[in-house]
Order: sequence, then C-alpha cells, then structure tokens
Amino acid sequence: MYEFRMPSLGADMAAGTLVEWLKHPGDAVQRGDIVAVVETDKGAIEVEIFVNGVMSSQLVPLGTKVPVGTALAMIEGVAEIPSRPRPTAAVDVAPAAPSAAPAKRLDAGVRASPAARKLAAERGIALASLTGTGPDGTIVLGDVERAAAAAPPPHRGLDLDKMRQAIAAAMARSKREIPHYYLATDIDMSVSLAWLMEQNAQRPPDTRLLATVLTLKAVALAAKKYPAFNGSYEPATGFSPGANVHIGTAIAIRGGGLASPAIHNCEQLSLDELMTRLRDLAARARDGRLRSSEMSDATITVSSLGDRGVESLYGVIYPPQVAIVGFGRTVRKPAVVGDRIEARETMTATLAGDHRVSDGHLGGRFLREIDILLQEPAKL
Amino acid sequence: MTRDELRALIISELNNIAPESDAAAIDPAADLREALDIDSLDFLNFLSALHKKTGVNVPESDYAKLLTLERALNYMEGKLHG
Repeated sequence: MYEFRMPSLGADMAAGTLVEWLKHPGDAVQRGDIVAVVETDKGAIEVEIFVNGVMSSQLVPLGTKVPVGTALAMIEGVAEIPSRPRPTAAVDVAPAAPSAAPAKRLDAGVRASPAARKLAAERGIALASLTGTGPDGTIVLGDVERAAAAAPPPHRGLDLDKMRQAIAAAMARSKREIPHYYLATDIDMSVSLAWLMEQNAQRPPDTRLLATVLTLKAVALAAKKYPAFNGSYEPATGFSPGANVHIGTAIAIRGGGLASPAIHNCEQLSLDELMTRLRDLAARARDGRLRSSEMSDATITVSSLGDRGVESLYGVIYPPQVAIVGFGRTVRKPAVVGDRIEARETMTATLAGDHRVSDGHLGGRFLREIDILLQEPAKL
Repeated sequence: MTRDELRALIISELNNIAPESDAAAIDPAADLREALDIDSLDFLNFLSALHKKTGVNVPESDYAKLLTLERALNYMEGKLHG
C-alpha cells in the first residue's frame, strides 16, 4: 500500500488545499499520471504520482487544506516504489514529516448504495460528511446528487495576490539567506540570430524557434559542465548538485504574477523539443495548470526580459537553487572585429550566484561557456 | 474574407492569446506588445493561429508589419486580396 501525499512544491510551502480529484477509487494509476489538483499560493498545481497501482480510497475531502506530507489517497498493488531521481531532498514530493495519525478511509463503515458510492467517488464527495435519507440512514444516490449540486465547483486558476505573497516569501528568504554575487557579460548574438532566421525561414510559424530556446540550451549545457550552478543548497546538508539540468523558466503572468516552472532534462532536449516544452509550459502557467514536478524540480532558473526592452537583469536566486541566469534584449552595438568596428547583435547575460557554493571566478567561466555555446548554434 | 471579417478574426485570435485584455478596445495604432502585454512567444502563437485560419505564412522579416492592429489588418488583407 502506498500513500499518495500532499507534495511540497517549494521550500516556502507548508500546506495546500485539495480542489479536484482526477482519479477516483478503483482507477488504475500510472507513473506520471495527474491524480489531483492542489491550490497553493502559487496557483492550482496538478499533482502527479510516481508509482503504478490502483487507487483504493481517497482520504481527504475536497476543499480541505492539509499540511505538506498528509496522505491524500491510498494506492494498492504497488509492486515497488521506485526511487525517483530528484535533484534535492529538500524539495522532494515525499513528506517532510509523517502525518500525525494513520490514514483512515473516509468512507469506511458508511452505509451507502453502490450508485451513491460511485457518484461520490466521481465528484470527490466524502460519504462520511453526508446524512443518509435511505433505510437506516443509508446514503442514497439523491443524497450525493444534492451534495454535488450544493458543492462549489473546483477552483482552478491563479490568485495573483497569493502568488505575490509566495514570491515575496521566497525572495525574502533568498535575500536573507543567500550571499549573492553578480556578474554580467555581453554576448555577440549575431551568429545565433542569423542561424535562427535561416532555420525559421523554412518553417511555418507553429514550428519556428525563438532565441530563448538557444539560451536555455546553452545554459543547460554550461550547467552540466559547471555543476556548482545546478542543484540546491540547504544549510543542514550543504550543496547537492543536480543529476540533470531542470531549468526553472521564469514566465510572466499578465496582470502581475510570475511562475518559474521547470523544463526537465534540458541538456538532453533538442531545440525543437525545448520549443515545444516552452510553448506548453507558458500556456499552462498562464492557465494555472502547472504540475507538481514542474514546481519543485528546478535546479537553476533562467529569466529573460528582452521582450520588455530590458537591457540587463540581475535576478534573485530562487531557494534552494544556487544560481539564476538573466538575459536582456538584443541590441546592435559597435564591436571591434579584427581591426574594424562593426555593428553586432549584442545581448547582456548576467549571473547571480550563491557564494556558499561558487565564486565569481567560476561564475565568469560559466558565463563564458554560455557565450561560447551561443557562437555555434547549430551544435546546440 | 471581407475586411470586417478579417478584423474580427484578428481580434478573436488576439483575445485567445491574451484573454485578460479586450483587443477590440485597444487603439488600432497601439503596439500590440504593449497594449496587450504579449511577448515574443505570444506573438508567434498569434501568427501561428492566423496561418492556420487563413493560410498566410508571415515570414520573420515581416513581423514588424503586424505590430499594431491596423497594420496587421492591412498586411493580412494585402496578402489575401493583394
């Protein structure tokens, strides 16, 4: 038996509210399936499961706010619980602390008709919370239907005020705990942009690439080479390098929010795959449909504000990560090429690094690596 | 497709891209990126939608010709009826 628990979706999350079940008792679940939707300060997050089995019971009624680690449902038939490769124990979906009491089936011992049980499961209604009107207080279909009609619809979407509070909490912790250092360098993007234009000229709009994917891939490869910028730091355990590069991609929410969901294994993705992931992630971030692993797995963050005319940005590291790379807009600047001065497409790249893990010397090499990679876009 | 139908299509697709705003209410001469708070990915999605609905494939070199509602309308009309 496996307990499906309220995940931790960041170091600043203590609890979440269950707002929707997407799997119900009797349903088979597979690793990667989205089982529930949880409302957090960062919005509604789709929570995945990482075992195969069959859901036997749901333990928490919809609308209930429970601490991280609380068992939400029981999964039967789990042959083995694979140890999912994770970048850091600090943000693992596994519970931070065991739930206070053994989980108890909410509907155990409740007298209810099969039809009532089926509908209650489908709508995520706890039978124990209903008063039966059937013989001997048995809960019948009508009781569940009335409860379903009275229940508020599951809430999905973004609460920008809560999101702002979550951003503030994370950034305040970062500035309090992380000794940042900052570096900047100008990168000649002429070759990359020319290559990109040539590629895109042969493609319809829905398969074109944006310069962002070149920078994401370059950061991923550089982070793989310089692991001191890829991973997490906890005061108790120190630095844990990430096995892979999961880039938290800063996505602005119109109206005033920010999300940084992770694109997993960026170093292994082609540019086309990265572009597909980026499109999907941006759409879901703005629709409030991010997944738990995307919220908890990032090992480094990339933020780009070039579209907003910003020339350079100096980011605040998202704890427990240890680095954030910023990219500004590309502008034509004079540059000395050989013995001549030429106008070159120039972009400022910045690094905010964690002095507990790296220093400016290594940070400079990391930024230089990104520069080198962007000079050969066809190899990305 | 008439100019009015084309205008309705462009506004509809912009509203799909930026549902928080009302593209019909913005200044036709305003920069769409500023007026609707859209980024390069949104703009590419907008062009993808227009391509699917009208068959007009806007090359990167023409992006600047669609940066306002009025200019986008003129450009698309020219491509469809020019």
